[in-house]
Amino acid sequence: MQRSLNIDPGKCTGCRQCEMACSYENEGVFNPSKSRIKVFTFDAEARFVPYTCTQCAEAWCMQACPVDAIKVNLATGAKEVHADLCVGCKVCTIACPFGTINYNASSGKVMKCDLCEGDPACAKACPTQAITFVDSNWTGLDKMRAWAAKTDTGARAN
Amino acid sequence: MGWARKILRVNLTAGTVKSEPLNMDWAQKYLGSRGLGTKYLVEEIDPKVDPLSPDNKLIFATGPLTGTMASTGGRYTVITKGALTGAIACSNSGGFFGAELKFAGWDMIIFEGRAPSPVFLFVEDGNARLLPADHLWGKSVWDTEHEIKAQLQDPLVRVSTIGVAGEKGVKYACIVNDLHRAAGRSGVGTVMGSKNLKAVAVRGTEGVKIRDFPGFLKASETAKGVLAGNAVTGQGLPTYGTQVLMNVINETGAMPTRNHRDIQFEGAHKISAEAMAEKRPTDGKSNLVANQACFGCTIACGRVSMIDKTHYTVVNRPQYWGASGGLEYEAAWALGSNTGVDDLEALTFANFICNEQGMDPISFGATVSAAMELYETGALTKEQTGGIELRFGSAEALTQLAELTGKGEGFGAEIGLGSKRLCEKYGHPEFHMGVKGQEFPAYDSRGIQGMGLTYATSNRGACHLRSYTVASEVLGIPEKTDPLATDGKAGLVKAFQDATAAFDSAGICIFTSFAWTLQDVAPQVDAAIEGGWSVDRMVETGERIWNLERQFNLAAGFTAADDTLPKRLLTEEANSGPAKGRVNDLGKMLPEYYDIRGWTPDGVPTNETLARLAL
Repeated sequence: MQRSLNIDPGKCTGCRQCEMACSYENEGVFNPSKSRIKVFTFDAEARFVPYTCTQCAEAWCMQACPVDAIKVNLATGAKEVHADLCVGCKVCTIACPFGTINYNASSGKVMKCDLCEGDPACAKACPTQAITFVDSNWTGLDKMRAWAAKTDTGARAN
Repeated sequence: MGWARKILRVNLTAGTVKSEPLNMDWAQKYLGSRGLGTKYLVEEIDPKVDPLSPDNKLIFATGPLTGTMASTGGRYTVITKGALTGAIACSNSGGFFGAELKFAGWDMIIFEGRAPSPVFLFVEDGNARLLPADHLWGKSVWDTEHEIKAQLQDPLVRVSTIGVAGEKGVKYACIVNDLHRAAGRSGVGTVMGSKNLKAVAVRGTEGVKIRDFPGFLKASETAKGVLAGNAVTGQGLPTYGTQVLMNVINETGAMPTRNHRDIQFEGAHKISAEAMAEKRPTDGKSNLVANQACFGCTIACGRVSMIDKTHYTVVNRPQYWGASGGLEYEAAWALGSNTGVDDLEALTFANFICNEQGMDPISFGATVSAAMELYETGALTKEQTGGIELRFGSAEALTQLAELTGKGEGFGAEIGLGSKRLCEKYGHPEFHMGVKGQEFPAYDSRGIQGMGLTYATSNRGACHLRSYTVASEVLGIPEKTDPLATDGKAGLVKAFQDATAAFDSAGICIFTSFAWTLQDVAPQVDAAIEGGWSVDRMVETGERIWNLERQFNLAAGFTAADDTLPKRLLTEEANSGPAKGRVNDLGKMLPEYYDIRGWTPDGVPTNETLARLAL
């Protein structure tokens, strides 16, 4: 089954454990500045929103890459940057409508979420289940369930 | 590894910055953050120095777990000689600034001297420079953070700053990072202001390495499971915040009320966690809008609140309509119960102002309550207060004074003196409710006896965060003791003091200790740094730090006579609740405490004790 990261900002407390886990997984150090997932805090509204690549089926970044350095991992569906091919031209960062692929000045390559080969570190590290890794075909399941509960107005014995 | 092994020394007088290697011998003896920063301060300043002179130093220190995946591993401590107390000051803060400093590759920053004109420090990984801050002087914490981010064109920079209170010399000014997280007590922000240092802005991209990553991840994950499974850290704190305590402590009969004249507050239920979560009749919304985590924290106790837009404090003032740092128990108590004010929105507003202008809500609230007692007894007149009717229970007086004090204006300048200086000035030193010049926090030691000894012996003046025996005496953590008994409290206080010093020095939050003991912390520290960190070594390190702080205070001129409580707590009986009829029996606990500590009957560490601790 293909799985996707499913983010529920309503559960996020803004702790950044996901950023730490991501950076450790990918860089071998605790370094949120190199995280592929980023938590945004909207102070005045008290909202905390983790955000990362959604792995578009026809990914703009992949289409735009002039050296075909971004390829689909057929097992996970992730669009992965092949560092040995990437020339750091950054065209993909312009092409991506969501800003989730970014240049890493220390490596001279771009970086993006690769779903950790099907076992994302961010989801494992999240203490509130704001980030989960679920069936790609049913990322709406929780929302559907919540609305289903509200929609059922049928009488019940109290 | 664990440590960045590098400190940044900033001479504000000369305008220079330089990098130095961390003294690794000291790191092995004092661990980090509170302990290691204190060692540097003790070695580098004259204990008798005027806290506001250029010869005092100001140290921002992270710990070995700061910037790691350890739960709550984002803390830093500000260490200096306190402006409020003249004692050692070490104020600890969460938020995101501490981790960012570590990610930039620094264990600590030492500020010395005084800048000829206002400056702020910008640290970008290995590069640090002082920049003019004339355009920021006179600005609030909130505006300063906004302007620095705009000026540097970097929304990811983390800012720690003083507000106007620190510039104006309010004695309990704090240093605020990430808008509403504060190194709060003892006037560390006052010292920063005296140095013409407005702010520190940090951007770190180097990351943190530790000794043994796999071992560390295993230890930290196990420890996170302990937090999640604990009723306090897993449910109580995220749901209710520290405000979970309001009704509990009131029922215990240990809620200081109206400057400690009473011990239970009839309005507690109106300013409690439950009240914060209730829908307001005016707008159908609750005061509390979210809980927020500091860096790396899997507890997430922080309160975020929105004030009712129709409340008198914010009508036509949209700058206060957004969400911001809400009431924690200490603030709710100091601003509320202690002043007799039960208007939740007014307390939230006063708390916003404390964050916006950078002042400690505990000392501010307690000073207002002392002023209210002065006013009600006639020692302070309406002419002297600038027309403010300073009566217990007046929300208007409280919120008006918050704004005046935060800006050092009018009678607020006198409230900014702190309660000790204020009460002395108006001829009633006995109305000052504190120790070593620092106002009490939210537990009356007649109802929780061990807290009397905690306060009397706290190295930074009255404080609940040096040995929170409330955990044992009220909550039963790690085991229940009788809050009204004095037997065994000397040992309990010592154990809490030493363990707390170790927690603080590791770079984690003391709130983890509702669930964790050093058994949970030591494996994380040990995997992060070299040296073999067992529980025993952590305890010994904590005891060493405690004694080092004590030695500083003794050299600064404090004596055993300062290890005491106000007459009110020692002679005036509690007038209601389970502790009715009780005073604090400090005299029964203090000699035993000195003895257990290995100190003389005059409270001086013996040579044997110093030798045992390698001091």
